[in-house]
Amino acid sequence: MAIFMTILQRLLYAALLLIAVLVLNFTMMNLAPGDIADTIAASMGGADAEMMEQIRAEYGLDQPFPVQLLAYVSRVLSFDLGYSYFYNAPVTTLIFEKLPATLLLVLVAQSLALVVGVLLGVFSARHPNGIANYFVTLIALFGYAAPVFWTGILLLIAFSLKIPLFPVAGMSDITVDGNFFVKAVDVAHHMVLPVITLGSIFLALYSRLSRASMLEVLGSDYVRTAKAKGLSQREIVLKHALKNALPPVVTLAGLQFSAVISGAVLVETVFSWPGLGQLALTSILARDTPTILGILFFSALVVIIGNLLTDLVLRAIDPRVRGRA
Amino acid sequence: MTEPLLKIENLRIELALRSGQAPVIDDLSLELNAGETLSFVGESGCGKSMTALAIMGLLPEKVGSIAQGRILFQGNDMAQMNSSQLRAIRGNEISMIFQEPMTSLNPVYTVGEQIAEVLRRHKGMNKRDAWKRAIELLDAVRIPNAKARISDYPHQMSGGQRQRVMIAIALACSPKILIADEPTTALDVTVQAQIFDLLRDLGRETGTAIILITHDMGAVAEMADRMVVMYAGRKAEYGPVAPVISHPRHPYTKGLISCVPHLLAELTEERPDLTEVPGIVPSLDSFGVDACLFASRCYLADDKCRSKRPPEIVFGDQSSACWKADQI
Repeated sequence: MAIFMTILQRLLYAALLLIAVLVLNFTMMNLAPGDIADTIAASMGGADAEMMEQIRAEYGLDQPFPVQLLAYVSRVLSFDLGYSYFYNAPVTTLIFEKLPATLLLVLVAQSLALVVGVLLGVFSARHPNGIANYFVTLIALFGYAAPVFWTGILLLIAFSLKIPLFPVAGMSDITVDGNFFVKAVDVAHHMVLPVITLGSIFLALYSRLSRASMLEVLGSDYVRTAKAKGLSQREIVLKHALKNALPPVVTLAGLQFSAVISGAVLVETVFSWPGLGQLALTSILARDTPTILGILFFSALVVIIGNLLTDLVLRAIDPRVRGRA
Repeated sequence: MTEPLLKIENLRIELALRSGQAPVIDDLSLELNAGETLSFVGESGCGKSMTALAIMGLLPEKVGSIAQGRILFQGNDMAQMNSSQLRAIRGNEISMIFQEPMTSLNPVYTVGEQIAEVLRRHKGMNKRDAWKRAIELLDAVRIPNAKARISDYPHQMSGGQRQRVMIAIALACSPKILIADEPTTALDVTVQAQIFDLLRDLGRETGTAIILITHDMGAVAEMADRMVVMYAGRKAEYGPVAPVISHPRHPYTKGLISCVPHLLAELTEERPDLTEVPGIVPSLDSFGVDACLFASRCYLADDKCRSKRPPEIVFGDQSSACWKADQI
């Protein structure tokens, strides 16, 4: 029962937080110079002041700021993210069109990085002076240091151009036709390089953190107790140590949820991946305010959901968190 | 005479330091008979815990190692055993409880799981039987309402209760030897007495031999049959508790005993100063030298003490590693 109360409470906070995010987003977008009228005027090759006024009136941009803000917030609260003048489509439709591609990319990269990162971390913590440990440190350092777009371009040059193993861009090949399985394989083939690129940052973070966390836990008194019980090395590491070493990694993974947008923008641009990141970039360049606001709102939503999930996972792992409610 | 349960012969444990190998245990020999309580006494850094860890095969990896000597458990040398042979003994025939009950239990598993785990590991019990036995054990270590507390996590228990759980884990497989490494140091005085009572009672009931490592001379006098006084990795004095306490044959033992405060029958204005053993344990670098390591702190020390390591001098059941043993 307690868990439902907690979730309910958190959802309530989340709703309030979302409204605050809405207000803040809208205010900041309004502070930025330029609006859709400028873009339209520019695309028409210029317009006089009267015409600009007319465009602004059409889109409700001539109203005083508080009125616009109130209208925007109440619209969003009734699940209407507005209409994109630039794409000529409802923002919700735009986002839901692009969201699956981004989610697929980010979730696969995240999960792979999490599993491989924790494994590498545990392994190098078990052999803190071995050669393998330096190898893991090297991989992690590379992931930290190399900018994603650079890694991406390098991978493209190596494995699409010089050794053409993988496609250069996009998410699927339009010439490929067949059942679901054939299409899935095609998408997976396109995903390899973007996933490696995006995953390399996460991998660096997770492997370093789980290594540090694991080293600390392996030196703890309860691991000594586990040894004194005559448990096998495997039981000690996987049962007694790992579960205690996970919370920091889970917390970080939850924070990285925000990377759905931020990390993906660069990778999606490099690989022309048709996701939210690309949508965000083009709508910013086009000053397409409703779309930008919609994407921002959506990222806030993803971050909040990510935090809630993180909390729930932490509760499942560590009974001491449950007690605190 | 029957073979002792545990026999340590000329044990030498070395620690790898930056300056080289340092013998933290130097030429230690002792015997433990079935069912008896042997106490290790000495101040911090004397090698008491090191000896315990060596018996458990738990010396810090790549840092500590057995350089010499044998640890015979029921006639088999544990120093030569491989890790799976050692694992079969650990927690099963020889088990250990530690100084820090607050951190010695795994925070993310219930105490029931942590007790049941050893039973599954060593006794091959299934989940259900192990859990049932765990409740009985929790009851045996005198935790009230064991049936409900078995599903508690360590953080829901007090320090004394956690140490009881540790004792339950240690005694789960009815071991032949229980090593208790300062089991009460981190606990309240009243709880200390309860834990000692519990250990003594359970030890008697199950016939488990106990190695009690402690600073607490009172506990030694009350609990132990024989005692080993350790100093700087060497055995200073060895013998049955009563004669050692009433007539110590080593100045260090004498010093330790005189450090115990006495309650006066009547409170007087004058409060006698608590005596202490002056000085500190020498640094690890000097542990290997051929001299009496206690000499720098000893009121009897002369040139001989400072230039030659004293042999063990036997007085009946008692023995003392001191050149001046007969003068004390």
